[in-house]
Amino acid sequence: MTAAAPPIAGALALALDGLLRSMADDEFVIGFSDSEWTGIAPLLEEDVAMSSLAQDELGHAQALYALLADLTGTDADALAYDREPDAYRHCRLLDHGRGDWAMTIARRFLYDSADAVRLEALAEGSWAPLADLVAKLQREERYHRMHATAWFERLARGGDDARSRLITALDALGPDAATVFAPLPEDAALVDAGILAAPMADLETQWRAAIAPVFGALELPMPPAALAPERGRLDHGEAFRWLDTEFTMVRRSDPGATW
Amino acid sequence: MSEAATQVGIARLRAAAVIRRAILDEATIRAALVEVPDPELPMLSVVDLGIVHRVDVPDGDGAIRVEILPTFVGCPALELIKAAIADRLAVFGRAVEVVATFEVPWTSERITAAGRRALRAAGIAPPGHPSTVGLIALEPRVRCPHCGSRDTVLDNLFGPTQCRTIRFCRACHQPFEAIKSV
Repeated sequence: MTAAAPPIAGALALALDGLLRSMADDEFVIGFSDSEWTGIAPLLEEDVAMSSLAQDELGHAQALYALLADLTGTDADALAYDREPDAYRHCRLLDHGRGDWAMTIARRFLYDSADAVRLEALAEGSWAPLADLVAKLQREERYHRMHATAWFERLARGGDDARSRLITALDALGPDAATVFAPLPEDAALVDAGILAAPMADLETQWRAAIAPVFGALELPMPPAALAPERGRLDHGEAFRWLDTEFTMVRRSDPGATW
Repeated sequence: MSEAATQVGIARLRAAAVIRRAILDEATIRAALVEVPDPELPMLSVVDLGIVHRVDVPDGDGAIRVEILPTFVGCPALELIKAAIADRLAVFGRAVEVVATFEVPWTSERITAAGRRALRAAGIAPPGHPSTVGLIALEPRVRCPHCGSRDTVLDNLFGPTQCRTIRFCRACHQPFEAIKSV
């Protein structure tokens, strides 16, 4: 709160809009995906865990949408629920549908490890509303990473069926894993303004260095480079359209209602 | 009641209101907030939970402003807490503004000593000191709130509310909830 905040206008406003939208949509979509396990997770403990994770992520999305709404003079609920599916800017890593438990754990491990790097790059940023929120998010995300890491290792070492399912999941998700770091519009402006510590490409390098020891120890194949990084937050497929129908169902049943 | 007695009663109420207004300051407001329980952990007041941040009582008749720190970003009890605080402070006869802020992160270290005792008495282990490095030693030593043993293990990183984990005591063989160290 001490450093003078840079004025938010022009390319910086566009860049900040893109950043907040991508982060909020990521948390929103993974939160809803996690919530699909409520009631049917493989263990009672995991039913509680996935429901609690979903609640955390939707809360994070709500706070990020609120920042975006303040910045753009819109409404957080409208941002969350009233856009067409093509207007969401979550990364393609989150576009694969719920899948089985191995798929869910692989997605959480890849996303949580990447999100941790992204949050670290924002925590000391010059725009206080975001830096303050990120400091709080980091404290909660540590629990998510502990959970994902424990399960990732358990499945990798858990016998033939668990390991082969995990490898199948990594084959499906791996090519999209790095889309968390897909370039954002005008993101150089974020670095220039001191909001983001380094360009997305640098963050991807940091993330690869962070996860390499885990993949090495478990003898799992590292995720390859994204096929088309510039489209990493576009072209959401059928799985997301289905999820979108699910999470907008109540909102669309009575548009404009106050709950 | 006679008319005279009624007049005396009204005069007393007016005098009390004047006194109340005259001494209305931050300490008075904070003392009143001790009577507002957290909805999810009702054995704790919002003060013991450590979520009351800035309290501003402007000179004159301006709104009393209370800033609170959400324990978790997505805490669903936040709106209930805001309403409960506004209700409790309504007695002071001023507008009340309750706002949430992340300017300072709430941490589990903010729970007061009285709050920690109240948690333990209710069968919920108070938080340990969060480790700042690594992921493994997140909650190094949590004492069983039932028997006091330190021989407890993590059963689930997540629990019935966002702020709790579930642990198991190997000494008395009871599961219990513990506040997350954040």
